[in-house]
Amino acid sequence: MATQHSRSAARLMMAPAVFLLLVWMLVPLSLTLIFSFKKFLPLRGDQIESGWDWVTFFPSLDWVGFANYGRFVSSSAFWPAVSTTLILVGGVLIVTVVFGILLAILLNQPMWGQGFVRILVIAPFFVMPTVSALVWKNMFMDPNNGLFSHLWRFFGAEPISFLSEAAMPSIILIVSWQWLPFATLILLTAIQSLDGEQLEAAEMDGAPVLKRFWYIILPHLGRAITIVILIQTIFLLAIFAEIFVTTGGAFGTRTLSYLIFQRVLESQNVGLGSAGGVYAIILANIVAIFLMRIVGKNLDA
Amino acid sequence: MARSVTTQRKAINTAIAWAIGLLIFFPILWTILTSFKTEGQAIASPPIFLNFDWTLENYAIVQERSNYMRFLWNSVIIAGGSTLLGIVIAVPAAWSMAFVPGKWTKDILLWMLSTKMLPAVGVLYPIYLLFVRMGILDSRVGLVIIMMLINLPIIVWMLYTYFKEIPSEILEAARMDGATLKDEIIHVLTPMAIPGIASTVLLNFILAWNEAFWTLNLTSVNAAPLTAFIASYSSPEGLFYAKLSAASTMAIAPILILGWFSQKQLVSGLTFGAVK
Repeated sequence: MATQHSRSAARLMMAPAVFLLLVWMLVPLSLTLIFSFKKFLPLRGDQIESGWDWVTFFPSLDWVGFANYGRFVSSSAFWPAVSTTLILVGGVLIVTVVFGILLAILLNQPMWGQGFVRILVIAPFFVMPTVSALVWKNMFMDPNNGLFSHLWRFFGAEPISFLSEAAMPSIILIVSWQWLPFATLILLTAIQSLDGEQLEAAEMDGAPVLKRFWYIILPHLGRAITIVILIQTIFLLAIFAEIFVTTGGAFGTRTLSYLIFQRVLESQNVGLGSAGGVYAIILANIVAIFLMRIVGKNLDA
Repeated sequence: MARSVTTQRKAINTAIAWAIGLLIFFPILWTILTSFKTEGQAIASPPIFLNFDWTLENYAIVQERSNYMRFLWNSVIIAGGSTLLGIVIAVPAAWSMAFVPGKWTKDILLWMLSTKMLPAVGVLYPIYLLFVRMGILDSRVGLVIIMMLINLPIIVWMLYTYFKEIPSEILEAARMDGATLKDEIIHVLTPMAIPGIASTVLLNFILAWNEAFWTLNLTSVNAAPLTAFIASYSSPEGLFYAKLSAASTMAIAPILILGWFSQKQLVSGLTFGAVK
């Protein structure tokens, strides 16, 4: 039984974590929100006063209302960035979920050296994004010396400059390679909890492989697939390093978050970039709400 | 009869799984192999797989030319420091949520998770500004703080999940014997929670080590970790495949090994306990 004493102690012990995360969330978020309604071009002389003047909402910067929000959406780069983001996230999700399911089913079969295969399959997840992007860019996708160009020539085809002529498929390939292990591991964990007797009974009754997959395995994986999709979406919306070191946003690979990054740091239009940031935060929160519902339900159980 | 069919099926499964496993692992294998080649052999056409003159030259050059050890040290400090700091802050919080749950515990947990969903790019400039003002831009302290805050929700969640599995009867028994709260945490809880804490440390060290948004944008010279070091290779000069491979191998090897130990925790950690 928790006593009054231990209850207040518990609250005290929770305080540092709660306080830090509250500050971490509120301070930058409110600054972004304020900047998004201001004209703020540091390179053209817009400076904020020294000291902690953010408490007074940066009096030296002009309020511009919703101008930044309107400009961000009406800029010619906006809709291409939205579609690039959707194609990247959607492409990677399709590849990782489909191949993740197949791999999980395969890894769940009886075989020799299962542990070793698992180690091989999980490895890409632990490679830092800058390394994997550079290795793929140079050693596989380079038009002169990359392994892909050797492969292309071996089959008598003319190798192309993959990251400029087929930039999106190339980046989807790189990112999928990084995230396939995660999807596979989660789906494998889920598949291992499947009741073997049910499958055996279906097999005895002569249900063909595809039917067993469709009516027993897939429904059982439903929840795990949802989790994979939601968690990956949150990470994929924020993809940065893979684009930064491969194309730098060129050749139609500028995602929404990369566009915001360029507005803020490259062209130093903080107001405009902050408005974009608010859009990104809203977008991520829509995905997050669905994820939290699922996780929250799990807490009750 | 039935057994021979199973064996045959098992052999086929094994062959397919090994082939696919090797295919997925191949880019890493190829990087490791290339790191032992000379630059000429690294771009040889057709590619050489194993019969090249193995050399350690590239590792020596990478270390000498780019002061690799400093970047490595920065990575160790940032990943290690942020993880330890996170653990110190998260253990009490997770303890109280697991053993003295209140009305709001569930909401607080979900809210913590929601801070993890905040897209970094949305708050890049404010953080940059605050770092400049506080004089911690391009400093290890700044990066330790950021990494700790980013991973704190995951640390709290993982610890909470592990602590929940500890039967509370044991704690009650200790209390009956007159153990104080401090005794309870240090002598009863901690020994039982060590495996869970270890897994949490491992996974968060890996996540912090590989983080490549804040580390690229908030560092330049002094605090730049391996992610930034490797990114400096994105504009190549001359022959450099073997050196790139050597640098890459050095950057990923420790984490790859740690990662293989923590693959089970990865699932419960990154899905916040929703898949076990």
